[in-house]
Amino acid sequence: MSAPVRRNRRAFDWSAAVIAALAISAAVTVFVRDGQARFLSILTDDLSLFGLMLPKVLAGCLIGAFVTLLLPRETIARWVGAESGIAGILVATVAGAILPGGPFTIYPVAGAFLAAGADAGAACAFVISWTLIGYTRAIVWELPFFGLDFVTWRVIFSLPLPIIAGLLGRWLWRYFAPLQKDGA
Amino acid sequence: MTALLVDIFLWAIVIVLGLMLAARSQPMFLDSLRFAVREFIALLPRIALGMLGSGFIAEILPQEWMMAWFGPGTGPLGMVIAAVAGALTPGGPVIGFALATTALKSGAGAPQVIAYTIAWALFALQRVIIYEIPAMPARVVWLRVLVSLPLPFLAAGAALVVGKP
Repeated sequence: MSAPVRRNRRAFDWSAAVIAALAISAAVTVFVRDGQARFLSILTDDLSLFGLMLPKVLAGCLIGAFVTLLLPRETIARWVGAESGIAGILVATVAGAILPGGPFTIYPVAGAFLAAGADAGAACAFVISWTLIGYTRAIVWELPFFGLDFVTWRVIFSLPLPIIAGLLGRWLWRYFAPLQKDGA
Repeated sequence: MTALLVDIFLWAIVIVLGLMLAARSQPMFLDSLRFAVREFIALLPRIALGMLGSGFIAEILPQEWMMAWFGPGTGPLGMVIAAVAGALTPGGPVIGFALATTALKSGAGAPQVIAYTIAWALFALQRVIIYEIPAMPARVVWLRVLVSLPLPFLAAGAALVVGKP
C-alpha cells in the first residue's frame, strides 16, 4: 500500500539551474567590474573550501547508506509509541540527533515508526531533531560554510525546539486525528 | 585542526558502520557502497555550484541593501523577513547554506541568518514534496510543518537575547 520511495536524485534540476545562473552572472560581474586578480582570489578561496568539504560529503553518503541497512526499525518504533509520554518525545529527539543519514534515510525511518505505531508527535520531534540538530547534517553541510562557532551556537539554540514541537504536535494530533477518516 | 578532527571522527563512524555491515552480509555491504558513491557523484555539481556561487554572489550583493533588510539592527521584523525568505528558498542540500553564508558575509545579523537557515531547513517545499510526502502519511507531514512554524523565531529570539554567535 505504501508509495514507493523515490530515490533517484538528479544531479541537476531547476533549483540547481537557478543557482547556476546566479553564480555565473555573479562571477562574470566580478570579473568585469573588479578585474581578473579579484576574480581569481575569490575562485581560489571557494575551491579550497570545496576541496575541504568533499571527504565529509563522501563520509556522509557512506554513513547514510550503511545505516539504512543496519537500523533495527522495529526496536526504535517500540520506544516511541503513542503511550510513550514525554520520554517518547525525548527518545525521538535523541534518535533524530544521533542517527546519521540523509533525507533518503530519515523520512522512511519516520514513516516506519508511524507504521509500527509511533505517535505523530514523536515522529515530528524525530524529523525536526534530525533537521536542526543532526550532527552529520551539521558537520557535512553546514560547517564548511559557516565555521564552528556559528554552527555550535545555532545547534545550541535549536536543542529545545524538537521537544517543543513534538509536544505541540502530540497535543494537536489528539484534537484533530479523531476528525479524520483513516485513509492511510 | 578542528576540521581534521571532524574528518577523523566522521571516517571513524564510516569504518565502524562499514565493518558492522560487512560482518553481517558482504553483498549488502558492496551494494550500499555502490549506492553511496552514486549519491556522492550526483551531489558533486550541486556542492560545487553552492560553494563557488556563494563567494561570487556575496561579492556583488550591495551591502547597504543587505544591512537594511537583514542587518543586526533590523530586530524582529528582519527575522520575520529572513524566515519567509528561508521558506521560499528552494531545497537541495547546499543552496540555503550557500545563500545564508552569502548574507552573513555581506553584513546580515546572526539572529536573522539563524532564522533564515532554520526556516529553510524546516520548510523548503521541494524537500517536503520529494522526500517527506512519499515516505510519511501526508497529514503527519502537514502536522510537522504546522508545529514547526514558531521554531525559526524561537531560535533567532534566543540568539538575540544571548547575543551570540
